[in-house]
Amino acid sequence: MGHPSKNKKDVRSSILVVPYRRIDPRSQPPYLFPPYRLTISRAPRKPLIVLPHTLSEVTGPVFGHEEVGETDNDLTRQHAGEPLGERITVSGRVLDGDGRPVPNALIEIWQCNAAGRYRHRIDQHHAPLDPNFTGAGRMLTDAQGNYRFVTIKPGPYPWENHPNAWRPSHIHFSLYGTAFATRLVTQMYFPGDPLMPFDPIFNSVRDERARQRTIAKFDLNRTEPGWALGFRYDIVVRGQEATPFERRK
Amino acid sequence: MSAGNKSAKTLELTPWCTVGPYFAICVTTELCIPQIAKPETKGERVRLICSVFDRNSECVPDTLIEIWQANADGKYNHPADGQAKSVDASFRGFGRQVTDLSGACEFETIKPGRVPGPRGALQAPHLEVGVFTRGVLKRLATRIYFAGDAANGECPVLALVPKSRRATLTAQPVAGQPGTWRHEIHLSGPKETVFFEV
Repeated sequence: MGHPSKNKKDVRSSILVVPYRRIDPRSQPPYLFPPYRLTISRAPRKPLIVLPHTLSEVTGPVFGHEEVGETDNDLTRQHAGEPLGERITVSGRVLDGDGRPVPNALIEIWQCNAAGRYRHRIDQHHAPLDPNFTGAGRMLTDAQGNYRFVTIKPGPYPWENHPNAWRPSHIHFSLYGTAFATRLVTQMYFPGDPLMPFDPIFNSVRDERARQRTIAKFDLNRTEPGWALGFRYDIVVRGQEATPFERRK
Repeated sequence: MSAGNKSAKTLELTPWCTVGPYFAICVTTELCIPQIAKPETKGERVRLICSVFDRNSECVPDTLIEIWQANADGKYNHPADGQAKSVDASFRGFGRQVTDLSGACEFETIKPGRVPGPRGALQAPHLEVGVFTRGVLKRLATRIYFAGDAANGECPVLALVPKSRRATLTAQPVAGQPGTWRHEIHLSGPKETVFFEV
């Protein structure tokens, strides 16, 4: 194989791996949730194998400003004209479980337009596309973990899960965080949406308090008078175990 | 360290949710990354064809596959990798790509070197893999190893997997096409791939 032979003891002493905290399964949806029909053919049935964190899991892709355009966080300025719909801002902080900000983290969002249609070949919903709206944005969090997107409020739309099924308005969020172990993809809902109680995807998170954490908060202070309503959505990704140094504190 | 050591300010995690069918509008040119290794990247070239299947062995299109890997020397391009080895400037080690109508996608990369595992024992060359698709409520984390690698027999992570299921983590060389590897990911069913709780 051509690997240089190494004194194993040296390898051991030079590598410090600080594992991430295990995720409490009650905070998460299961893989198999039959009311969301497609999980029946796609959820694994065998138990997962618990992977002790190695260098492979505590490292992950690092993204830079070269991958994020100046206006990528403003979904209303990506075309010649403005998209139709209720203009909003969605802002918040990305924190770890210890309340520490996660800086320089890539956040990507995607959503349908105000009429409930995605700009995607497989979305056949009978609603118009908006020539001024793509529905995708991205940015990096700042040093304090802050982010802010400008967009329009996405509409609800029907889907084929069960008769008269409608998805509540939502924005998809994707985050890499600091490691393979901190990857998070989620959906943000809007407060007071009457469709939430009927939505199997929203309800796949069985814990009521955990479910509430996926709903943004309307924030009058973040509303820009005469221009856009403001919503706040803080995101919490897992934190690391204390390092040997921190433990002494 | 005791579990009761948690400070009062411990925050509860944001729950996962499925990527749904339409995430591809987000995986745009700059961030659709089928080419993990550039021509100048050091290492043994790998063309990897991944195919995804469901419980009924139907192919699964519109699936996001993500790959994270070390370079040819077994070094991750990340600040948490404290090994005294060099990063390869041409190699981040990250790829992502969406499966086509036949449930398949391809990556160009290099075979990673060995990286230390639990208690310092070296792991066999492997790719970290994330699978995201509608009907899957949270990432499925798996690995891809390379069939025939002598190190597979001593990998401390493969050793955690029942022998009968290890083959589900192993890409196979394609006959007559040197450097091309094929790997099937079965979300469920008789050939269910091993998935990890990370």
